[in-house]
Order: sequence, then structure tokens, then C-alpha cells
Amino acid sequence: MATQHSRSAARIMMAPAVFFLLVWMLVPLCMTLWFSVRDFRPLRGGDNGFVGLENFVRFVSSSAFWPAILTTLMIVGGVLLISIVFGVLLAILLDKPMWGQGIVRILVIAPFFVMPTVSALVWKNMFMDSVNGVFAHLWRFFGADPVVWLSEVPTFSIVMIVSWQWLPFATLILLTAIQSLDSEQLEAAEMDGASPLSRFFYITLPHLSRAITIVVLIQTIFLLAIFAEIFVTTGGAFGTRTLTYLIFQRVLESQNVGLGSAGGVYAIILANIVALFLMRIVGKNLDK
Amino acid sequence: MARAVTTQRKALNTAVAWIIGLLIFFPILWTILTSFKTEADAIANPPVLFAFDWTLENYAEVMERSNYGRFLSNSIIIAGGSTILGIIIAVPAAWSMAFVPSKRTKDILLWMLSTKMLPAVGVLYPIYLLCIQLGVLDNRFALVVILMLINLPIIVWMLYTYFKEIPGEILEAARMDGASLKEEILYVLTPMAVPGIASTLLLNFILAWNEAFWTLNLTSVDAAPLTAFIASYSSPEGLFFAKLSAASTMAIAPILILGWFSQKQLVRGLTFGAVK
Repeated sequence: MATQHSRSAARIMMAPAVFFLLVWMLVPLCMTLWFSVRDFRPLRGGDNGFVGLENFVRFVSSSAFWPAILTTLMIVGGVLLISIVFGVLLAILLDKPMWGQGIVRILVIAPFFVMPTVSALVWKNMFMDSVNGVFAHLWRFFGADPVVWLSEVPTFSIVMIVSWQWLPFATLILLTAIQSLDSEQLEAAEMDGASPLSRFFYITLPHLSRAITIVVLIQTIFLLAIFAEIFVTTGGAFGTRTLTYLIFQRVLESQNVGLGSAGGVYAIILANIVALFLMRIVGKNLDK
Repeated sequence: MARAVTTQRKALNTAVAWIIGLLIFFPILWTILTSFKTEADAIANPPVLFAFDWTLENYAEVMERSNYGRFLSNSIIIAGGSTILGIIIAVPAAWSMAFVPSKRTKDILLWMLSTKMLPAVGVLYPIYLLCIQLGVLDNRFALVVILMLINLPIIVWMLYTYFKEIPGEILEAARMDGASLKEEILYVLTPMAVPGIASTLLLNFILAWNEAFWTLNLTSVDAAPLTAFIASYSSPEGLFFAKLSAASTMAIAPILILGWFSQKQLVRGLTFGAVK
């Protein structure tokens, strides 16, 4: 049993972490809320006073808003689809007996450790360059015209780059989950004559459902915030402006802080909706 | 009973897995190989995989023109500093939540997690403004603090899940034997917690090393780490594939090696203990 003494000691030990996170969360959040209801443009007279909800209305009604939402959804959805579908398949494959399993695992997980600016630049130049890129060589080898990836299919290109970084993450988590699957269950099903496909759909997939949910939620939160991959490839051009990037441009490039802050509030609300679901699952797990 | 696996089956698995693994790894391999090529070889058509004149001149050139050492030391200071600072703040917090849980422990843990979900762009200007006002824009110490705060929830969570696995009976036994709180932490808990702390250090060092939102937006010259160093190659300039590759290899090599050691902890750390 914890004594009164150790309880108060515990509280003191927790204080710094709680304090710093509280300040880190509240101060900028309040500032963003404050700016979002003001006409604040540092390069044009600074704070021009209270404007109510005008920034919120203007942010949503600007012509850039809906395309940015669409791009965001396409990138998040595309990357999720690729990383979950291929992640499940790869996890099943890597779980099977083979030679050099450890090395293959390392090869597959490696892209996750590459810093985002590096992977974006390497893909942009050495693979997607329409003259000297690896893909251009490949296309010409098969007699096709090289694709100018980042201007002809910009969103797809970014989905590819980001998927390359996040597929390893999904695979690793799903592999960990698959390894906890009771193999006797699968064997029993096999002996009863269940086909590989029905074994997958009735045993493996249900077993993975929780891990898949977690991967979807965590990746969504990170993917909503991707920045460097767009910053160094298209700089938001060719319709690759996501909500995050649009806010970045409003705030730092055009220095319309009020408008950008209103966008920031939208982004916070959006992320919190996803976070709510994630926290529910994590919270349930804590009770065990 | 383990299932008997035929050798052919195993060979097939091996072949498919290796092909996919190599495909996924190929961009990294290609970058490393290209970094040893001359600029002409780097764009040769058809591309050469291994049979080229190996050279180190790209590395020399990159080091010379961009003061690579400063970016590297900034990366090490920012990633290392934020991780160590985070651990110092998180260890007592995680310790108390794991061993002296109260009714509110769960809520506090979940609240900490929720601060991690706050999108950076939502608070970009406030942080930017605060940095200007405090005179710490483009300052390494500011980034140490900011990255520490970003990763603090993950650090607390990881440590919490590790500490949770230490049996409480051992601590009680120590207490019965008259160990003070200090002795308890120093001689009983610490030795058992070291592996968990080490894994946490490793993973968070990697996360901080690769962080590319605040490091790009809050630095320009003095405090710029390797993420910014690489971003400076984003405008093409004649033939530069080999130099870009050399710079990239130098930026990712240390972390790739560390990353390989931390695969297992990665799952625990990034799923907040929900997948084990």
C-alpha cells in the first residue's frame, strides 16, 4: 500500500511533466484562439482589432479551402489504403518461415527511419525526375514517354512518397499483432478444410482488426500534419496544397495571422475528432 | 505441434519476401550507391548499379561547401538535448504513475497523449511569435525545449508501460526492509528500469532527429539541423544527384543504424502500449 508520504512525493514527481505540458498546450492554444478573432497582419499595421468570426468565414469561403480539403483527404486516404492493404499482406508474408527473415525485416522497416526531407528529395530527383530519374530510364526502356511526375500526377506522387515512409510502420505493427495470433487455431481450421482465403477472412483479419484500427488512427494524425514532403517537392503548387500547408502559407508566407489562426483552429478540431477515437481504444487498454 | 513446412514452400516465401524487401529498400540503396558515383555516372543511361568508378569526391565537396559539421552538431545537440531533458522530466512522472497510481492517473496519461495530437500548424504562429519576442528564433536551446515538449507524451507513455512491468512486490519488499524512497529508486528501481529507459532514449532520439516541421520553420542559419541542410538542396542546380546522395547518406546513416536496434520499441512507443 502506498503511504500518505509516498502519495505526496508522487504528486511532486509528476508536477514538472504536467506543468510543462499544460503550459505548452494552453499558451499557444489561447494565442491561436485570440488571433483567430482579430485582423492581425504583422506586415500591414499589425493588430487591426476584433473582427468576430470573420476569419473563420473567410478561411472557409476562400477558393483555396475546398481544394485543400480534397487534397488532404486524397493524401491521407491514399496513404492509408496503400499502407493497410500492403501492410497486411507484407505482415502475413514476413510471418511465414523463410531464410534471412531478420534481414528482410530490416530492409522493409528502413524507410521509416529516413528523415522526411531526405526521402522527399531523393524521390523527387533521383526517381521522379523526368529526364534522369530511375523511372524515366525505366519508362524509356519499355518505349514509353517518361512521366513528369510532380506536375502531371502531383498528388499521386506525394501519396507514393509518403506511403513509402509509412508502409514500414504499418507492416511492423501488423507483424507484431500477427505474431500474437495462436497458430493452433489456424492449423485447426486448416485441418477442418478451411481454404487459405477463408482462413484469412475469418481468423487472421478479425484478429488484426484492433491493430488495423490503431494504425489507421495514428497514421491519420501524423498524415494530417505532413509538411516537409510537400515543402521540398512542390511547395504546394499543382494542387498539392493540404490544409496544413494552406495554413502554413497564410501564416508565414502571406503573414495573415488572423486568417491562418482561424485555419489552425479548424485543423485542431479536425485532429481532435480523430484523436478522440484513438484515445478511447488506448484508454480501454489501460484498464486491463 | 509446429506445422511441417516443405522446403519448396520455404524457398518460395524466401524469394518473394527478399524481392519485396529489396524493392522497398532500393531507394536507400540507390542513394548510397549514387553518393559514390561521379555526377556523370549518376545520370548515366542505362543506370549502372555497381560497375562504376567509386569516388569519395562528393562527400568532400558537400563537407566543404556547406559546413556539414555545424548541421550535424546541431542535429546531435537538438535531438540529444531534447531527449535527455525529456527523460529527466518524464522518469519521475512515469515512476509515480506506475507505482503510486491514483484515480486520476489514467486521465492524466490520456490528457498527456491528447497534447501530442495537437497539430503543430495550429500553434505555428504563437510559437513563432514567442520565439521572436524571447529572442530565441534560430536558437538551438529553443528547439531543444520545443522538441522535448513534442515528444514528452511519448516518453512518459513508453516509460510508464515499461515501469508497469516491474513487479510492485519487489518495491514493497524493499520498503519492508527499511529502504527509503531515495534508496528504493536508486538501488531497486533504476537497475530494473535501465533497459526501458535506454529504449525510450533511442526511439525519441530518432523521432527528434527526423522532426521536420519545427526544425524547418524555426531555424535559418545558426540552429539549422540536418533536416534543413537537406532541404537546402531542394532547388536543382545543374548536375547534383551525386552530391544530393552524399548529403542524404550522411544525414540518414547514423539514424538507420540506431533504428535497426529499436524496431521492437518502435511498436510499443508509437502505439502507446496498445499493440505489444
